[in-house]
Amino acid sequence: MANAQYQRDLLNESGAEMLAICIAQLEKAKDAFLNHDSDLAEEVILTEIRVNALDLRIEKSCEKFLALYNPVANDLRFIMAIRKINFDLERIADHACSISKYVVEVDKKIQPHLIEAVQFQKMYDTIVKMFDNISDAYTNKYVKSARKVFKKDKILDNINTESFKILEIEIKKDNNIIAEALLLFSVIKKMERVGDLIKNIAEEIIFYIDAEVLKHQKKK
Amino acid sequence: METVIEQIPLEKTIDSSLKKKNKIEVKNVKVWYDDFNAIKGIDMNIKPNTVTAFIGPSGCGKSTFLRLFNRMNDYVESFKMEGDIKVNGKNIYKKKVNVEELRKEIGMVFQKPNPFPKSIFDNVAYGLKIQGITDKQLIEERVIDCLKQVALWDEVKDDLKKSAMALSGGQQQRLCIARTLAVQPSIILMDEPTSALDPISTAKVEELIFKLKEKYTIVIVTHNMQQASRISDYTAFFYLGELIEYGKTKTIFTNPEKKQTENYITGRFG
Repeated sequence: MANAQYQRDLLNESGAEMLAICIAQLEKAKDAFLNHDSDLAEEVILTEIRVNALDLRIEKSCEKFLALYNPVANDLRFIMAIRKINFDLERIADHACSISKYVVEVDKKIQPHLIEAVQFQKMYDTIVKMFDNISDAYTNKYVKSARKVFKKDKILDNINTESFKILEIEIKKDNNIIAEALLLFSVIKKMERVGDLIKNIAEEIIFYIDAEVLKHQKKK
Repeated sequence: METVIEQIPLEKTIDSSLKKKNKIEVKNVKVWYDDFNAIKGIDMNIKPNTVTAFIGPSGCGKSTFLRLFNRMNDYVESFKMEGDIKVNGKNIYKKKVNVEELRKEIGMVFQKPNPFPKSIFDNVAYGLKIQGITDKQLIEERVIDCLKQVALWDEVKDDLKKSAMALSGGQQQRLCIARTLAVQPSIILMDEPTSALDPISTAKVEELIFKLKEKYTIVIVTHNMQQASRISDYTAFFYLGELIEYGKTKTIFTNPEKKQTENYITGRFG
């Protein structure tokens, strides 16, 4: 079993590495978006190759672990969770990459008052806190931290809903901002999706540690 | 090809078995070999038409416990037992119990296939003959039926007079199971029945076990964790003569209650 434990530790480290890269990717994408920094955006797009490679490596390691070690109980839940967490993290990195592509493709910087109006910074800060929670839960196997994510996701959902109304009002005030507003709304939507994915990751961490299935249930 | 496993949904068989009375009831059983306390007070109920797997490291008492059910330990001189074991509601350790009758009710299959140096036919017919059955037609019908039940009929039907010793290991083990079935038991005890078999023969015996539980109650000792999880409805984990955990196999192998069980089934034990 020593070898199986070693392989599991390696997978755990790869998962932590994936989490760290994805957090960094989203932070850079946010900075690139707010500052209209196309160089930084390019960096995010290029790093996506590394994310994809790591995604494949984790997927392959999971397959190998399942085939060679016939995991059961905690080992089985771990391997099931890590596969889903990896998938969700890769999707988060995809969103960061998509936001960065907007920065590269669109010439104009979004007006700061629009960004402020939709509470983009608050949205990002909430995501950072959610990342902190799942990082703590993942690294220290601390379920309580994972549970903190669910309430925060509701903040993101509210900002997303409100932003539609806010942008509608702004467009009515000035027709020239339609393209900008649509782009901003699209980014808000992606951030809201990132929140959903972090929530999924929290559910998977809870499943793996406590064998509790939270999917499709009201969170406490 | 539809497998036996696909035909009988596991959940369905477990749920229906829950409504039935216990086939075997064990109450506070303790076993000693001289001063060595091999079983330290075990309670267990086994439902009819289920497969129960006993797992645990060597020397944990699982085979000793299994052999209590057909009084195989009686042959060991230093053996001493306390507690009650009921089969079909009757205490099998009462003085009046006819052990031969008991063993007709509870058949046993061992680790190593042990056919008699006789023909295939005579191996299966042996139990019937020593029971005094002389009706040739009945014996022949029973032999054919048992060979069919263990899925050996198609492989041996053209040469039933061939020596059983000429069969492969897997075929010999299925023949031994057929021999057990011939005397029409209701419980079959299996002590590592596939540990000496190759993967193909093992798969055949496992499919057979799954099919046999429709008619019989099966208790199996196995060192193969995957086998226990594949074929059993209930699993009991033994350690140092104690029953650490006993429950639905699905639970034991996904979310066991005890840390010791988890460590054992994930190979982190000791």
